Amino acid sequence: MTAAVETIRDAPFTIGGRTFHSRLMVGTGKYRDNETMVRAIEVSGAEIVTVAVRRVDLDRTREAGILYHLDPKKYFLLANTAGCHTAEDAVRYARLAREGGGFNEFIKLEVIGDQETLLPDVQGLLAAARTLAKDGFQVLAYTNEDLVTALRLEDAGCAAVMPLASPIGSGLGLLNPYGVRTIKHRLKVPVVVDAGVGTASDACVTMEQGVDGILMNTALAAARDPVAMAHAMRLAVEAGRVAYLAGRMPKREVAVPSSPLEGMLD
Amino acid sequence: MNDTIDVTVNGERRAVARGATLLELLRTLELDPRVVVVEHNRAIVRRPKLGDVTVAPGDAIELVHFVGGG
Repeated sequence: MTAAVETIRDAPFTIGGRTFHSRLMVGTGKYRDNETMVRAIEVSGAEIVTVAVRRVDLDRTREAGILYHLDPKKYFLLANTAGCHTAEDAVRYARLAREGGGFNEFIKLEVIGDQETLLPDVQGLLAAARTLAKDGFQVLAYTNEDLVTALRLEDAGCAAVMPLASPIGSGLGLLNPYGVRTIKHRLKVPVVVDAGVGTASDACVTMEQGVDGILMNTALAAARDPVAMAHAMRLAVEAGRVAYLAGRMPKREVAVPSSPLEGMLD
Repeated sequence: MNDTIDVTVNGERRAVARGATLLELLRTLELDPRVVVVEHNRAIVRRPKLGDVTVAPGDAIELVHFVGGG
């Protein structure tokens, strides 16, 4: 499938010294089966694919590791610290992840502060970000849409800041466009919206805020047809990005006719 | 003398051969060292060193890998 847009050429974007072309990043969790996951990821066009770090199942009752299904040569695997509630745990998981395949120094840092909303623990997040950045990690920090926290994460040495659209797995879409837009305006490092996108229009509106990309998982995995939704998301991310670059018309409170007022019949 | 020792692997007590290395432990568990990360008493042991580290009674060993996640 080729892009419909020839009029605006989007520049690739860079995180932590690595250049990417797809602005859509996807997770690998919660798919009904691995075949669907692999096809959805392929159709999404994503280059960056997230994975989690967990204990090996010694009794083999669960499935084998994700590397049996995803080729680390084909995708840029981004490990996360999902499930960690303290800075110490997140640092531990990040270090284990770095050894996991020897792929890269990138980590998607999550430090969860509340189990019901999965909102981040800002203090733990900042502490872990500082430690990991000093340790040579390229930290992509999952955070809320608070500007000051985002600024502090940038100061801490994060390679990218990832404000949420809405809580993880909620599918509520972009709840605070202003917050996300403000973060994008103020930060120098890339801003990638992570979590909360539910359907294609959410992705499009999010990209229209000018952010560098979107990371999503449940929107694909929990769709009735994950492969088709992956296609929709690919188009939506591209559409939103190009609309942002094109520059939208100003909003007005009054109607302005599109057809001439002159030349009307008597 | 008992020829096995008790260690904790992924939170579960397991008997392993006395004098076994971490690499031998992985082989016993039929795990591919290329896709498993080993943490031995909270310290990561890199793959080339797995054959050099001998487990001792009471050691805590974590064996992790990548799974699906967001």
